[in-house]
Amino acid sequence: MSDVRHPGLNLGTTDSPVHDAAEETVFGFWVLMMSDLALFAVLFATYAAMSVHGIAGGPAPVEIFDLKSTLWQTLALLASSFTFGMAALALKYDDDRRALSLWLGATFVLGALFLGLEARDWARMVTEHGATPQVSGFLSIFYLLTGTHFVHVAAGLLWMLVMAAQLAIFGLDGAVKLRLMRLAIYWHLLDVVWVAIFSFVFLSGLAP
Amino acid sequence: MIGLFLGTLRWDDVTFVEFWRTPDLNNAIAAAAAGLLVLGVVATLILLTVRGWWRPLWRDWLTSLDHKKIGIMYVALALVMFARAVAEANVMRAHQATAALDAGLVAPDHFAELFSTHGTIMIFLVAMPLLTGIMNFVMPLQIGARDVSFPLLNAISLMLTAAAAGLVMVSLVLGHFSTGGWSGYPPYTGADISPGEGPDYWIWALTLSSIGSTLTGMNFAVTLYKRRVQGMHLFRMPLFCWTVLCTSILMIFAMAPLTLATLMLWLDRHAGFHFFTVGSGGDMMNFANLFWLFGHPEVYILILPAFGVWSEVFSTFSGKRLFGYLSLVYATMAIAVLSFTVWLHHFFTMGQSANVNAAFGIATMLIGVPTGVKVYDWLLTMMFGRVRLRVPMLFANYFLVTFLLGGVTGVLLANPTVDYGVHNSLFLVAHFHNMLIPGTLFAMLAAIHLWFPKAFGFRLHEGWGRAVFWLMAPGFLLAFMPLYAMGMMGGMRRTAYFSDPLFRPWLWAAEAGAVLILAGFAALVVQIVVSVRRRDALAVPAGDPWDGRSLEWLGPAPAFEFNFAGEPKVEDVDAFTALKAQGEAYRRQETYEDIEMPRNSAVPVVIGALAGLAAFAMVWQAWATAALAFAGVWAVVIGRSFVRDTERTIPAAEVEAAHRAWLADVAAATPVHRRDELTPENRGLAEEPL
Repeated sequence: MSDVRHPGLNLGTTDSPVHDAAEETVFGFWVLMMSDLALFAVLFATYAAMSVHGIAGGPAPVEIFDLKSTLWQTLALLASSFTFGMAALALKYDDDRRALSLWLGATFVLGALFLGLEARDWARMVTEHGATPQVSGFLSIFYLLTGTHFVHVAAGLLWMLVMAAQLAIFGLDGAVKLRLMRLAIYWHLLDVVWVAIFSFVFLSGLAP
Repeated sequence: MIGLFLGTLRWDDVTFVEFWRTPDLNNAIAAAAAGLLVLGVVATLILLTVRGWWRPLWRDWLTSLDHKKIGIMYVALALVMFARAVAEANVMRAHQATAALDAGLVAPDHFAELFSTHGTIMIFLVAMPLLTGIMNFVMPLQIGARDVSFPLLNAISLMLTAAAAGLVMVSLVLGHFSTGGWSGYPPYTGADISPGEGPDYWIWALTLSSIGSTLTGMNFAVTLYKRRVQGMHLFRMPLFCWTVLCTSILMIFAMAPLTLATLMLWLDRHAGFHFFTVGSGGDMMNFANLFWLFGHPEVYILILPAFGVWSEVFSTFSGKRLFGYLSLVYATMAIAVLSFTVWLHHFFTMGQSANVNAAFGIATMLIGVPTGVKVYDWLLTMMFGRVRLRVPMLFANYFLVTFLLGGVTGVLLANPTVDYGVHNSLFLVAHFHNMLIPGTLFAMLAAIHLWFPKAFGFRLHEGWGRAVFWLMAPGFLLAFMPLYAMGMMGGMRRTAYFSDPLFRPWLWAAEAGAVLILAGFAALVVQIVVSVRRRDALAVPAGDPWDGRSLEWLGPAPAFEFNFAGEPKVEDVDAFTALKAQGEAYRRQETYEDIEMPRNSAVPVVIGALAGLAAFAMVWQAWATAALAFAGVWAVVIGRSFVRDTERTIPAAEVEAAHRAWLADVAAATPVHRRDELTPENRGLAEEPL
């Protein structure tokens, strides 16, 4: 165990106890994310059942989804994952906080853009099609699934603000680096979940 | 404006006011229960003030992040909740036994509330905290760790569980709990049929406790993967740790469906969603699947740690290495995996095709195979051993016989054709109590007897322990064997009135059994009081009262705050036995090092209190209070992330002094032969084997 170096972090090249401690923390976060994924898995399973059996005379997926809008959301979120990747590289190889902050700032903007686009998409569905969650079982689970993802992304943005404050106060010390690492895991995982939502909800919903 | 902060809560919701308005027997019983709670709380507050215990309570317990203290607090919480739930069982049985003659003790709705709180409390606030507490206390010691991986999170889990307990307790005084049973099936628990606050109490109590359990599962799994001392390979872990690992993995995956099911039910009830409602595309089967997707792994969350405890008990009190260690490990893993494949057997009668039922029926019966392996391993552990029938061993042998009986009725129920006949009858109630009382509850009682000396430094009084056993053991048989018979006669669960006179003798027998179990609990309380009084005669400062085999017995009783002075050497499954055989268990260390331990923190208490308040406000639709309290929880979490100074150092000199003091205790103790184990001679030093 003592030879483990945590990938992605420059916590010091010789100080292996620090890396050991980091490993435990980051592994714990992975496990927590696994439980979060179980939550999404159950949401997907419910969606699979209700998007077919729960339409109840209300609008069907094919009537309310707009692939163009969803594509822009997807691009915004994927781009934000890319910028976070750049932030992680800056974290690992540069001691320069400016590049890190810039990339994190770009990630924040793209994340916020995603939230805005998704909210606009919901508003469109409600105003044009009267597709509120109260209309049918399908819409209930649609809003709960996308809404849970939305809340996760919003929480990620709040987390970024907190990290900005910690960067300003503490600088780039071990604890802050580890938190950025976990934020990165969280953020990329939300991207993975969104890719699943995009394919499973929107693409297959619009498939003829 | 006030509505935003108080929601729908009114004076009329107070149980005492209800009794004032309608003074009948039913409301008198409700008011008496609420009164007992209020008196209990007031008496506790007065006791704390008079004795000046507030400060030690806060400093040494509530803010402590020590896994041992957190474990003890879990167990204490569980015992308090057990008192309520077992009292409720007695009221229900007394009511059923007398109900045919006249109206009985309680109104039907009140009866429904009683079985709902009884089930909810027993599962989530007795069994779960008991086993989480025991796991918390024992597991890090067994793997030679100083603490769990995330001590702060551990305390937060405890406080969330305590908040859930508080919420269920408050429902005695303010408003009513759900009448929908512990499984809370819609559409009965939906807004149309149950418009009151009852199902909301259930929803939020479960949400709090399931979040706590998810965090616990994550914490324990990481601890077991990352905190094992050098030499403690996975296959050298005591079997109890294996069961903790499997339970933790189940907690990580199984809690999410429950959290989601309760959230969806709340959205249905208050936001007009259609997950489970009839019409508009909702489907009750969504709930049944989600709930039991959690509920069946939950059964194994409850039983696997018990299997771990029994393994430790059988090997310790047979003076022998556990038989078939590897087969027990694989059996545990097999059960954990299979537990995710059988959830549908909880609703064979709800409209699947015969083939689907058959597949789940076969999967269910398969679980009997690894469980059978375990039973044989335990039997063979005792064979050729020097069996000592101490209290844990009494419970263990009783468990072997009665659990087999419960297992056999389980295999019967696993057959869909049979299940159609007895589904949701008292036969089922008898079956799951047959698994959970001798299985889980008695395992936890055995665990308390086994590890109490390590926690407090003295043994529990053996005579009173036997009294607990001899009251509870026949009590269980008397309380639940009649239910098998009544189930076969067509008696359904959750029935307030049985008019058939043929049921009468069985009901009285069940009532007598419930009284015996309550008496057994009273004996447990007496046992603790008597043991505290005689703690000098029962003291085991050298730390090894039972000739233990695993690492938790290395070191003094009570344990060092930092668990171990140095890193214990592990070369065998029975690590401590090996150390004793090599004469290395009680050796002075050459050097001592500074030890870093987490500082105390008030954060978990504040988070628990705010989360509890948020949940309470959600129950009463006091949206502003709920929003503020919820925001408060996250403000505290964020605030805490700015605190840098979270560790404190115990200097090497202090470690050395503590270690030497213990070695002096060891030197002063005379090694005892196992036949003198129960005498005051036993100071916690075992005679060396011949």
